Amino acid sequence: MKADKTIDCVGLYCPMPIVKTAQAIKELEPGQVLEVVADDIGIKSDMPAWCEKTGNECLGFEDEADETRAYVRKQ
Amino acid sequence: MSEESMTLIVFSDDLDRALAAFNLANTGASMGMDVTMFFTFWGLGVIKKERVGRGKKSPMQFMMGKMKRGSAKRLKMSQMNMLGMGTGIMKSLMKKYRMPSLEEGIALAKEQGVKFVACTTSMALMGLSREDFIDEVDEVAGAATYMGLATEGKVNLFI
Repeated sequence: MKADKTIDCVGLYCPMPIVKTAQAIKELEPGQVLEVVADDIGIKSDMPAWCEKTGNECLGFEDEADETRAYVRKQ
Repeated sequence: MSEESMTLIVFSDDLDRALAAFNLANTGASMGMDVTMFFTFWGLGVIKKERVGRGKKSPMQFMMGKMKRGSAKRLKMSQMNMLGMGTGIMKSLMKKYRMPSLEEGIALAKEQGVKFVACTTSMALMGLSREDFIDEVDEVAGAATYMGLATEGKVNLFI
């Protein structure tokens, strides 16, 4: 998936990927997509929960060997 | 964005509990919530400066202050402290796994707009004044202030 900005959260655990997502999304325009690369599997449950609470759209995940890429569209 | 609010009462000065409190406060803040942390009783130790002045303490309060010096970097775990060895091991493990230390958690909370309130009754009991706390503390207040916020809060925790 194509993203407008990518943040690297590999090696970070809850709640840091979410905290960094919240910080990074502030720098995007509505409609732009943020890519979050993480290896804490908690992100699969946490990212949709964060999106629902903050009104952003969780576009889904792409799994790789040791990492997960989460995609969020800013609303 | 929601304008929901969250309150946490930080009653304990155990390192592990304080870490959990700041993790939740930081998560709530990143989810767009207004977060207020009330530090009361032993929890005041979390926000104490590293060096606290003599102040106007009674001999009993002075002794208590000596035994419970407080400040984020001195806190110990509630379990497996083992004269500080266990706490040291936990701190090095946290560093290895790149988890924020308590001091970093406090800084992050402030950056995210989390409000810190110190309980005036506990302050009187322990002979502490506003100057004994870190600059991050926004306000000193009582239980009615807490109840006012808690009745509006969606998430209210006692740690």
